[in-house]
Amino acid sequence: MKDIAIVAYQQSDSVSDAGAVNEVELIMPVLARTFEQAGLNSAQDVDFVCSGSCDYLQGAAFAFVSGVDALGAVPPIKESHVEMDAAWALYESMLKIRMGHADSALIYGFGKSSPGDLPTVLSQQLDPYYLAPLWVDSISLAALQARLMLDKGLITERDMAEVVSRSRRNAMNNPHAQLSGDISVEDVLAEETFLSPLRKADCSPISDGASAMIIATVDQAKAWGLPYVVISGIDHCIETHNLGMRDLTDSVSTRMAANHAGMNAGKVDVAELYAPFSHQELILTRALGLDKETQVNPSGGVLAGNLMMASGLSRIGEVFNRIVKGEAQRGIAHATSGPCLQHNLVTVLEKGENA
Amino acid sequence: MSQPETLNQAFELGYTYTRSTGPVIGRFLTALKNRKIVGIKASDSRVIVPPMEYDPDTAEELSEFVDVGEQGEIVSFAWVKEPRESHPMQVPFAWAMIKLDGADVPMVHCVAAAAESDIATGARVRAVWADETIGFITDIRCFELV
Repeated sequence: MKDIAIVAYQQSDSVSDAGAVNEVELIMPVLARTFEQAGLNSAQDVDFVCSGSCDYLQGAAFAFVSGVDALGAVPPIKESHVEMDAAWALYESMLKIRMGHADSALIYGFGKSSPGDLPTVLSQQLDPYYLAPLWVDSISLAALQARLMLDKGLITERDMAEVVSRSRRNAMNNPHAQLSGDISVEDVLAEETFLSPLRKADCSPISDGASAMIIATVDQAKAWGLPYVVISGIDHCIETHNLGMRDLTDSVSTRMAANHAGMNAGKVDVAELYAPFSHQELILTRALGLDKETQVNPSGGVLAGNLMMASGLSRIGEVFNRIVKGEAQRGIAHATSGPCLQHNLVTVLEKGENA
Repeated sequence: MSQPETLNQAFELGYTYTRSTGPVIGRFLTALKNRKIVGIKASDSRVIVPPMEYDPDTAEELSEFVDVGEQGEIVSFAWVKEPRESHPMQVPFAWAMIKLDGADVPMVHCVAAAAESDIATGARVRAVWADETIGFITDIRCFELV
């Protein structure tokens, strides 16, 4: 089986409102920088392209097709799309390479959430008979989950505030962050509740932006002469759509995916976790059994900027960056989708030659 | 030269099909229309409300319906200070996970309460029916504190 590696990763700034900039214009500069990083000219230089986005954000069926305009798809390219975070576009691209149909792939994800009311838009991904007609939004569902944890004594509001404080402080070193700053636990706790028990600071911001990545077989990466980081494992698992049937205080599917991806085969220096709400980082850290040896969300995580359909790919890209910079040898990245961490993907990354 | 006749045709945008909700979801929604709540037994005999067609753990097709009460207990809640336009209430209210009497699995619905301090985990609630029930989840207008 061919080993697959990441050779390039770029993301846009995470902004609260990109204004008149459309999706294609959000993607194009990110793609240009990604090609430049890999020493390539265009999508013609990779064997496969896969994107992740959500038509509900644009409010039109097949809206994702316009994203292809950012690629210049003439002469024809081999292209696919997932109506999911681009971390799952990476998964599809890896299958394509594993099947021997490609040696390299470009993956990109984009989301412009600012034009709509994102928590309301996300209510429409729920059970169409029992939940979507109630328009129960994503923040309210996360608040139900947080209270279950608080009531059971699994976490305190202070634990949640510590996640927020650390994320905002870490984000001060992230040039793409939307929210960063030297905020103490007391500062967070002094804030009144927004959707009790959650404070606004417990919730990821609503963001516009894009990210992109190029992967290739290790042989291809070597031929290109690029530093690379090997994707040694990847898997995803999903839980039932019935929130009442799930243990919302744990993330069984994350743990399963991590085990399947081989997370425990070595030390984890860094972990980037897609936790849109502070208490969810605590759920994930515990579900994965991460201890003090692992640095969690050095980028600030998605509490510093949450690019719908791109932030899962960005978690993988952030770990790639740490390993290329020599700050870590091995790390994991987590991506999530659905309400209250329903669907989870875990990627294990390891230093390759030249990285 | 005379103007050509303009062709007109009435057109009404609409769906020419109806969608069946099937024997499980349909039975639940029909019960709501009759102001009753039914659940279904999972593979491990837990009662799930609203009913599911298949057991999420064993994938077994489920078919044993159970009547449950229209009162229950709050398992968790979220207090909405500022309702969104689409929300079922335009005054502060709670979303809650509610375990109905006779059920083992909580359902998500909204709870009317005057203030956050009035509501608590473990509080008892009862269903408030819509004036006209049509076989929709919103036939339960909300739950209220008992």
